[in-house]
Amino acid sequence: MLRHFLRRAAGFAVTFLLISILVFCMMEIVPGDPASAMLGTSATPETLAALRAQMGLDAPAYLRYLRWLGGLLVGDMGTSTTYGVPVGALIRERLAVTLPLTGLAVLMAVGIALPLGVTAAARPGGVADGAATLYAQAGIAVPNFWIGLLLIMVVALGLGWLPAGGFPGWDDPAAAFRALLLPALALAIPQSAVLTRVTRASVVEVMNEDFVRTARAKGASVSRALWRHAVPNALVPVITMLGLQISFLIGGAVLVENVFTLPGMGRLAWQALSQRDLIVIQNVVMVFATIVIVVNLGVDLLYTVVDPRLRRRA
Amino acid sequence: MTALALKMRRGWRPGSVPLLVGGILTALLIAIALTSLVWTPADPTRMRILQKLKGPLVSGLLGTDQLGRDVASMLMRGAFNSLTTAFAAVAVGAVLGTLAGVAAAANHTLDAVLMRICDALFALPPILSAIMLGALLGPGALTAIVAIGFFMIPVFARVTRGAAMQIWAREYIMAARMAGKGTARITLEHVLPNISAQVIVQVTIQLAMAILTEAGLSFLGLGLPPPAPTWGRMLAESQTYLLQAPHLALAPGLAIAAAVLGLNLLGDGLAARLDPRRRQAS
Repeated sequence: MLRHFLRRAAGFAVTFLLISILVFCMMEIVPGDPASAMLGTSATPETLAALRAQMGLDAPAYLRYLRWLGGLLVGDMGTSTTYGVPVGALIRERLAVTLPLTGLAVLMAVGIALPLGVTAAARPGGVADGAATLYAQAGIAVPNFWIGLLLIMVVALGLGWLPAGGFPGWDDPAAAFRALLLPALALAIPQSAVLTRVTRASVVEVMNEDFVRTARAKGASVSRALWRHAVPNALVPVITMLGLQISFLIGGAVLVENVFTLPGMGRLAWQALSQRDLIVIQNVVMVFATIVIVVNLGVDLLYTVVDPRLRRRA
Repeated sequence: MTALALKMRRGWRPGSVPLLVGGILTALLIAIALTSLVWTPADPTRMRILQKLKGPLVSGLLGTDQLGRDVASMLMRGAFNSLTTAFAAVAVGAVLGTLAGVAAAANHTLDAVLMRICDALFALPPILSAIMLGALLGPGALTAIVAIGFFMIPVFARVTRGAAMQIWAREYIMAARMAGKGTARITLEHVLPNISAQVIVQVTIQLAMAILTEAGLSFLGLGLPPPAPTWGRMLAESQTYLLQAPHLALAPGLAIAAAVLGLNLLGDGLAARLDPRRRQAS
């Protein structure tokens, strides 16, 4: 168990370093640096050089990389050229929107997919199965930002039930929650479609196994055999899919935050591009990528909790 | 499976329905995209301010946008722009990913290195790569193609690696080894032809993903620059007129959904036909 964990953690560290090198190199070849962005085009070469030296930009690339990496580990990510505030503080503030948004979306997606997928699997070929298959195919095909637009059109503007965009801040938790409902639903529907499909396939497979038949023979009802015996054993592929989807969820958050003008990480990255705030782009991308690999590491460890059989193998 | 469903299935080979529906939708998409090169109902970039925000059938089949451009014509050209970007991105991902996959399956040292690189690439959602590339190259087709294509390298690498490893374990590979064939030659003559079915299925499914992602990128202004019509930008521009002209938001969204649905169904159908093990799963 411990060895398994250490091996996973080492893999995580290597992936983290590789991404950081990739991101650093990519931002390194972008023309212009934060100093010239701050001073504009009218600055004399002398003042530019002075500011560069002050910001540590005159150091060789490997040194600046190591400094950045060291800063990342302690949460010091430099100063945003457009906002003039520490990037770390900016990201923390925006994460307070993006993390609840994606968390809520995952909850909704699981809340839709699990009952739907299991009901479909209870009777393959039945009406519920047909409906679930239809939902899965349709849900995968629609872009989340389009669902967002439709929700704004119908639920927010048409019916006036929920806000069409903006975020009031967490001082008023109820209002903040209401502001996140529609964007989270827009993110959740395509995710739930994928999860429904995986849940159905996985439960169907487990239902054919001997131990489920034994449970039925012992007198367990269909629903007890399903929920008590089959579902817990069918969860590993579902959790795997949840982990794989984190990349898509984060990409989706960038889009949905822009549809609903939510001040989250995705909107920060997108605005930073139009303002050419390279240091913000570099760090936001790195934080997002870190979230992806942390989630995948977590999923890996979760397997052993959900499926004790995997503990021995590890 | 109920008796009725079994009866309905009789006479159908696995995956027939998705294959048929997906094939028709995809053929339609390609036909529309190609037609747009020689004919559209109106010039998709021509603005007629007096005709702005007209509803479907009032002006043109699908109405006009806020600048009086013909929505049906924009959708047709948009199909071409979306498909070409998606094809190019999938080509990048499929070629590089398949190379990485078969190389990883053939060599243990390469395997460890390549799979770590794939993990790193997979942790960068295409939209984030596109934002970084946007700072480097500016928005455009190249940014979209590289951002989407690089994200697909790990997808293809994992699929082909797994498939290739199964082939390497077969007896005929051992026979080829005994016959004195080298690793490269075995990969070329035996491994690649035997995993091509999986690659084709994956190409179809990833094309659907690429169309979705491309729409997202052009929605954010990271795709083809104006005036080239793209489905994503049409949706972005529709945001201001959601109640006034809902057709502007509905038409491109349905076009994306139909295109993605068609390719996904085609991929499912092909998978069922080409890979009997997946018949149960889909």
